[in-house]
Amino acid sequence: MTDTTSLFPKYAKSRPVITRHPSVLIFIACLALFTLGVTILSEGFGIGVISTSFVKTLGKTLCLCLVALAMDLVWGYCGILSLGHMAFFGIGGYAIGMWLMYARTEIIVVQSLAAAPLPPTPQEISDGIATQIFGVVGASEFPPIWALAHSLPLQLAAVVVVPGLLALIFGWLAFRSRVTGVYLSILTQAMTLALSLYLFQNDSGLRGNNGLSGLQNLPGLDAVPQSVVSIWFLWASALALGLGYLLCAWVVSGKFGSVIRAIRDDEARVRFLGYSVEAYKLTVFTLTAVIAAVAGALYYPQAGIINPAEIAPIASIYLAVWVAIGGRGRLYGAVIGAAFVSLVSTWFTGGQAPDVNLGFYTISWVDWWTVLLGLSFVAVTLFAPKGIGGLMDLVPAGTPDRHGAALGPDDSALREKEADK
Amino acid sequence: MRHFLILIWMVALSFSALTVPAMAQNMDAPIQQLMQTHGDALAKASRKTIQPAIDALTASGLPAAQNVMERWQAKEVWRHKDTGAFVIAEEIDRDTIRIFDPSDRSEIGEAEDKAYKQLKPNSGVRGMIAAALVKFQLTDADARVRVTALDAISRDPEASHLPALRDVIATESDPDIATRMTRLERLLTIQFGADDAERIAAIAHFEGDLGVDARAALNPLVTTRVQAAQERPDTPDVLGPITPGSDALSRMDAYALLVAENLAPPLIPPGEVRAALIRNIDGDTVAGVQVATLSTDAARNSAFATLVEQGLAEPAATVQEIDTALDAFQFFEVYIGAPPTVARAAHDVLRGIEASVALNQTADLALDAVSLASIYFLAAIGLAITFGVMGVINMAHGEFIMMGAYTGYVVQLFVPDHTLSILLAIPLAFMVTFAAGVAMERLVIRWLYHRPLETLLATFGVSIALQQLAKNIFGTQARPLTAPGWLDGSMVINDIVSISYIRIAIFILALVFLALFLIVMNRTRLGLEVRAVTQNPRMAASMGINPDRINMLTFGFGSGIAGIAGVAIGLYAKVTSEMGADYIVQSFMTVVVGGVGNIWGTLLGATLVGTMQKGIEWLNPSNTLAAQTYMILFIILFIQFRPRGIIALKGRAAEA
Repeated sequence: MTDTTSLFPKYAKSRPVITRHPSVLIFIACLALFTLGVTILSEGFGIGVISTSFVKTLGKTLCLCLVALAMDLVWGYCGILSLGHMAFFGIGGYAIGMWLMYARTEIIVVQSLAAAPLPPTPQEISDGIATQIFGVVGASEFPPIWALAHSLPLQLAAVVVVPGLLALIFGWLAFRSRVTGVYLSILTQAMTLALSLYLFQNDSGLRGNNGLSGLQNLPGLDAVPQSVVSIWFLWASALALGLGYLLCAWVVSGKFGSVIRAIRDDEARVRFLGYSVEAYKLTVFTLTAVIAAVAGALYYPQAGIINPAEIAPIASIYLAVWVAIGGRGRLYGAVIGAAFVSLVSTWFTGGQAPDVNLGFYTISWVDWWTVLLGLSFVAVTLFAPKGIGGLMDLVPAGTPDRHGAALGPDDSALREKEADK
Repeated sequence: MRHFLILIWMVALSFSALTVPAMAQNMDAPIQQLMQTHGDALAKASRKTIQPAIDALTASGLPAAQNVMERWQAKEVWRHKDTGAFVIAEEIDRDTIRIFDPSDRSEIGEAEDKAYKQLKPNSGVRGMIAAALVKFQLTDADARVRVTALDAISRDPEASHLPALRDVIATESDPDIATRMTRLERLLTIQFGADDAERIAAIAHFEGDLGVDARAALNPLVTTRVQAAQERPDTPDVLGPITPGSDALSRMDAYALLVAENLAPPLIPPGEVRAALIRNIDGDTVAGVQVATLSTDAARNSAFATLVEQGLAEPAATVQEIDTALDAFQFFEVYIGAPPTVARAAHDVLRGIEASVALNQTADLALDAVSLASIYFLAAIGLAITFGVMGVINMAHGEFIMMGAYTGYVVQLFVPDHTLSILLAIPLAFMVTFAAGVAMERLVIRWLYHRPLETLLATFGVSIALQQLAKNIFGTQARPLTAPGWLDGSMVINDIVSISYIRIAIFILALVFLALFLIVMNRTRLGLEVRAVTQNPRMAASMGINPDRINMLTFGFGSGIAGIAGVAIGLYAKVTSEMGADYIVQSFMTVVVGGVGNIWGTLLGATLVGTMQKGIEWLNPSNTLAAQTYMILFIILFIQFRPRGIIALKGRAAEA
């Protein structure tokens, strides 16, 4: 460790986050340009070159980039390979979805009850909404977890609080008993599996495998066309991603960032130095869970539907795949990975990729894309552990060319030695 | 004149004998005479009037009676419109029938169906005929017919079957059928016995009997009905008091009972307040209140009270009125299924039966748990080698299980004989997955030793690719892997405890694997070298062991066992591309809970996980999803307290 910036926090403090992370400015500029470009080309606010559904795909991709950032922070910087962050993402989606579904159904129920001879009582409205929402699972009463669904501020709070609490409790249990490495990965995967199995039940109170639907319709804004709503969400997602990037850059720089990177590299040594390793890990785990939940809360109104299959362990594995392909241990790597893989994935599985005719067999990418993805993931792990972000190292960025220097333009990114470990 | 008339009659008779061959039949045959005696009853059979005729036919002892009754039931008995003679007939086409003599089944000839009228017993009568026929069937020479008759009786028992059964028990030659007959006779006696003493004796016969039929016969006897009275009568059929508001009887149900017996005024049905208000809307007011303000229950109730005052609505019973009414009456249960002595006897026997049923259900549950545990053990044992011994995280382990199962499926495509195909599939599955494991070790895992997280990720990639590959090759629908015929069915210990032979086979296979693992690891050169390499590869290498080769073989061995497990699991569950993914988390849990690096730990882990899951399923039946959820939560908590599993390695081995 010859890098002075992290050895001497005072020296690090003297420089603002932006200068220590030149990628922040570039990234935010790119994001702003991208958002502006899409807005101009969109159907809602611009010349209509980009279809509304593609705007939604782009907006969803931004949310996936945000959750990939969270994954990069917890895995790439803190060394916790969590296979549960898509579960937090899903919980965020469910939390906002509950309000969207409740408020929209309420409007419909109130409209239909307005024709009744007597004005409806609050109880009648609530019963009507419950029948509408839960009829599909054969229930007609609100489960207790819907107690706050009528209130947008409370559900928005739930987006942050519920996954935060879950991560806090789970993390406390796991880190306290010093479950680390692959064991922790398997444990988080088990948590994710338990959650998705629980949600699959009809009496979970969240409509079983039907999930929540109709989330793309904003209550009370029926008059606003989807082309406009999609741009609003694109802006919101871009803003969240920009802020998330800034937040992550701030977290990983400075002393805190140095400690969590040290935990990644040698946990026992950090503990011997007197740091409370568990507290640091718990902070990072909970913080990233909350970021993931916020990303989910922005993603699912654009997707329109959420069901327990979205929370299945495989989703979290794909998240790890994105970050690994993009290049973990550098924030822009996670963003590039998530954007690249999810957009390419959409392109291949959407049937737009041309089939390859081999004469004796036609490779249909809808079927073979996943095989290619799996194998390329193996290849990246084996041959290019730096991922796509590793290309940045080819750009001479003015960092001293010496052993152990940070890779890429940012300080505190993965260092040369670590990357080759 | 008289002679002339006789002559004409005789001529007419002879003519009709020519045109209608029915006249050629033997009108003096006993069966025909018997039928003539009940001629009108037979011709216009109704449920109410037919019993004497059926009884007469059954009791006649005539050899032809059974055939006649069967034909009658099949609507194949016809009666001549003029002479009233009964014949058996088959329709040839729309207008002609072929007729037979009922007494000896000899063919008489063909006739126009206009001269005959078909007897068409309705379904009620056909049922009664069938019941009567049972008696004939019970004495049939063919044992299968007798068994069929017993089945028919136990499906739909009737009082008349009881004497019939009693008559034939003594003469039954087949001991198995005789046992069934005796049991059925006891069951029928419970239901139709002549007096209480007889029925109680029959009930006592089923003390501790686990048969579903015994409980089905006893349960109706202890049926009760809740009744209300000012004072609880002290008759023998009355059971103890019930308090309204208890689990057995809610307060609303108790009040509804009083209302039903006209002991209390009815409640206002739900929604009546609203309906009454709507009925009385006058312009935009109800009872002088603006309709628009009636958006709370309080406002509606006060408007309704005004309506009641004005006499426009019935008053609702108040809470106090309900309380008073409930307090004034005592509620109790009354036996309605049988006389009290019989019911009490049945109650006692049933309680004894329930106790032993519970005991046997526990035994059944334990068997289920063992069987599930052996499946988890099978799925996890390959992992116990690759993960437990070598420390390699192989997330594609589930896909090796899947490959084994698909190997079995493909073998069955080529070898139709199930026994042979399974015997072929087991070594083939081992070879296929051994090869796949070796290839994966050489190509991927070898480069990633000491980087466990990367191993985990890379094997995930392999897992995703293999799963999709299987989907592309075999499609998404489940493929069958059929067990050989001798594994069909289950070993039935009694009516409650049973276990299918496939599960027994899987259990035995699990034991074989355990033995194989122990022998290979502890008694062979390979096992010694494996242990040496996993503990200290450098030292092992300097002793002349080739660690690369050993790692490759060990990984291949673990993968090969996963393949064989796949064949076994495929027999028990459907073969799909996702079957491996269903087991992977549970398998890792099994290994981690048991304690990494110790096969006995894996065994204990599988037992714990299997027992837990079955136990939770028993507490919360029909909800396997919940059982899995809670089981995983339990495991997460368990790992908090024993992070190194049930059997933790100690000393140097733990560091390796």
